[in-house]
Amino acid sequence: MNKENMKKLKISLTVLLALLFMCCATEDEQRVVNFTQLVIADEFNTDGAPNSNIWGFDIGTGENGWGNNELQYYTDRTENVKVENGVLLITAQREDFEGSAFTSARLLTKDRFEQAFGRFEARIRLPFGQGMWPAFWMLGADIDENPWPAAGEIDIMEYRGQNPSVLIGSVHGPGYSGGNAISKEFELLNDRFDTSFHVFGVEWSPDAVNFYVDNILYNQITREDVTGPWVFDKPFFILMNLAVGGTFVGSPNDETVFPQSMLVDYVRVYENTNFRQN
Amino acid sequence: MKNKKYINLRFTFLLTLGLVIFSGCEREFSDDVEFAEFPPNGNVFIDAFSAGLNYFPFVDAGADPEAFSVETDEVFAGDAAMRFDVPSFGTGFVGATFNTTAKRDLSGFDALTFYAKASQSADINEIGFGIDGSTGNKYRVATQNLQVSTRWQKYIIPIPDATPLTNEVGLFWLAEGAENADDEGGYVLFFDEIQFEKLGTIAQPSPAIFSGEDITQQTFTGSTVMVTGLTQTFNLSSGENVTVLAAPSYFNFESSNTDVAIVNELGEVSVIGEGTTEITALLGGVLAEGSLTIDASGGLQSAPTPTRPQVDVKSIFSNAYVNETEINIAPGFGGSTTEASISSANGDDVIIYANNNFTGIIYGNTVDATELNFMHVDIYVQDPGVEVGIQIRDFGANQVVNTDETNGNPIEDDKDKRFTATGLIPGQWVSFEIPLDGDIATQKNNLGSIILTGGPNFILDNIYFYRE
Repeated sequence: MNKENMKKLKISLTVLLALLFMCCATEDEQRVVNFTQLVIADEFNTDGAPNSNIWGFDIGTGENGWGNNELQYYTDRTENVKVENGVLLITAQREDFEGSAFTSARLLTKDRFEQAFGRFEARIRLPFGQGMWPAFWMLGADIDENPWPAAGEIDIMEYRGQNPSVLIGSVHGPGYSGGNAISKEFELLNDRFDTSFHVFGVEWSPDAVNFYVDNILYNQITREDVTGPWVFDKPFFILMNLAVGGTFVGSPNDETVFPQSMLVDYVRVYENTNFRQN
Repeated sequence: MKNKKYINLRFTFLLTLGLVIFSGCEREFSDDVEFAEFPPNGNVFIDAFSAGLNYFPFVDAGADPEAFSVETDEVFAGDAAMRFDVPSFGTGFVGATFNTTAKRDLSGFDALTFYAKASQSADINEIGFGIDGSTGNKYRVATQNLQVSTRWQKYIIPIPDATPLTNEVGLFWLAEGAENADDEGGYVLFFDEIQFEKLGTIAQPSPAIFSGEDITQQTFTGSTVMVTGLTQTFNLSSGENVTVLAAPSYFNFESSNTDVAIVNELGEVSVIGEGTTEITALLGGVLAEGSLTIDASGGLQSAPTPTRPQVDVKSIFSNAYVNETEINIAPGFGGSTTEASISSANGDDVIIYANNNFTGIIYGNTVDATELNFMHVDIYVQDPGVEVGIQIRDFGANQVVNTDETNGNPIEDDKDKRFTATGLIPGQWVSFEIPLDGDIATQKNNLGSIILTGGPNFILDNIYFYRE
């Protein structure tokens, strides 16, 4: 991380906070927590494969399509994942591959970067169309010992390609997972997520997870809101993927455009030294 | 841990100047904002006719001018809605445009929107905007077969590209009627809150020409070919793809070899030289799917001009006569590889067939040839050894085609006469007089189509039935 980026970050954060509730809302007030110390960032400025110090890959179809009957086979081929022109491209292709009808990619920071609390954000342009299911999310780093949903999951951004103006942010844990996740949809007014980049983020403190898109705080989930144990007090790792089909989103149809990419401009993580835990 | 309180601020810029309204933080001024010549008023019919708006029924085309009224009971919002009483079959149709005498700048909008419902579920044949007689409907837009239910629903007709729409008069038009006895008619359509809007969610444009197909056409210098199948498709925030028919002037056409053909803004391709060229198009900077490759040889001679008097003739396709019916030269038979197009050279239309295996000319209405005894056709080929199979089909009393799909033979009440045109001479028109005998000698009062086999490349002109 160079200093110039740091400076830009501080400025953007200040602007962001100043703008938080300005836009088109009625009078409101809200508590926010500041996470100003940049811990890690990938600006995707080096063409080629993603930085292997930060990102690993899930390969294949998992069990039952990663538990969701997803249709794609994940690879780490350049056809499915590469950095080019300052962005990470996660590309879904319609092709016969190892018995699957689609390919795509899923990146994760497991065993590379894991952190409890902080601001996690990415600037992303999403694909569109029936059956496209991109996500920017986190899983509890102890998932190998405490299988899902006990490990916990924070979905910073999920989206259905057939609802191009609607974002979904959720947390999953024991007693509140899958269809019972604590979740909220946010509809972008007079705009969509597939036509330009948007910043998706959470500010995760020991008490709460705040969900943001651009300069809008659209949800806060606290210990009181979850219908089971609070499992968000330990390190999590980051995942980014573009799934195709599955129970959450339904199969693609004839109008779904392939290939299509999820474009990630950056991923940045900040911490607040007052409640660092590593 | 730092907790801060941020009190909401709300900025509202309200700049009327009679021209521009910006509000909230959704938009901002750019330095090069230009004040339009005409007001950017998007209202068409909210609770009354908007400024300058008038009702122009398509009376000449047979529309019922009494079909329209202003409704004050069945409204979606406010005090009034538009009401159209769609006549039952055979008694006219709803057809009108609502144009304004005060021109509008629509370039800042991305869609025409309205609420609609009907007294029964129905589909509106065509609905859109951009009717303007003074420009030849240069920026006409239509949605076809718009499904309307019995409850109020919002409909969105995207603007293919709003950039050129700076001085518009045609704000809303529709055509709906019962097309046959089984089609819906005798019901009521309501529209409310008709307006142009900037939705911001009209995205992912996917324009097409020739319905997205890559077509190759043999033609001749001096001929004119129309770019057809012009559409624009957008993805809406509902996830739905909506396709509208867009007038040619929304597109920028390109010819890869302007020594062979050029295209004007009306989508007319003029073939001016021998050779090959590819016609493509851009809409709003996006390359349209579909193309036309023209393979042009020297000039085509006109077919011999028919001399029989109109009174002895029922014409299917000829510039020499008033034709008896409209025709469909692209019936889309399953398995057909045929490309058919109408080309005009020196004011004479011909039908050019390429890569034919089998196709047909389907009449819009059946033709009664009881009093007639021949069919005439002129055929032109370029290659030696070409033969063209012609099947003159009578549909019988039920007026629909009944075909054994395994062998193409007529079944039930259908009859046909089959003829093979041989002895064709490359580079010349040859005329054929086909007697209406055989199976159709006593059943030729419901002639419905001509099936064409063979070729594969040939040109037809002057298809007509006559008596001698």
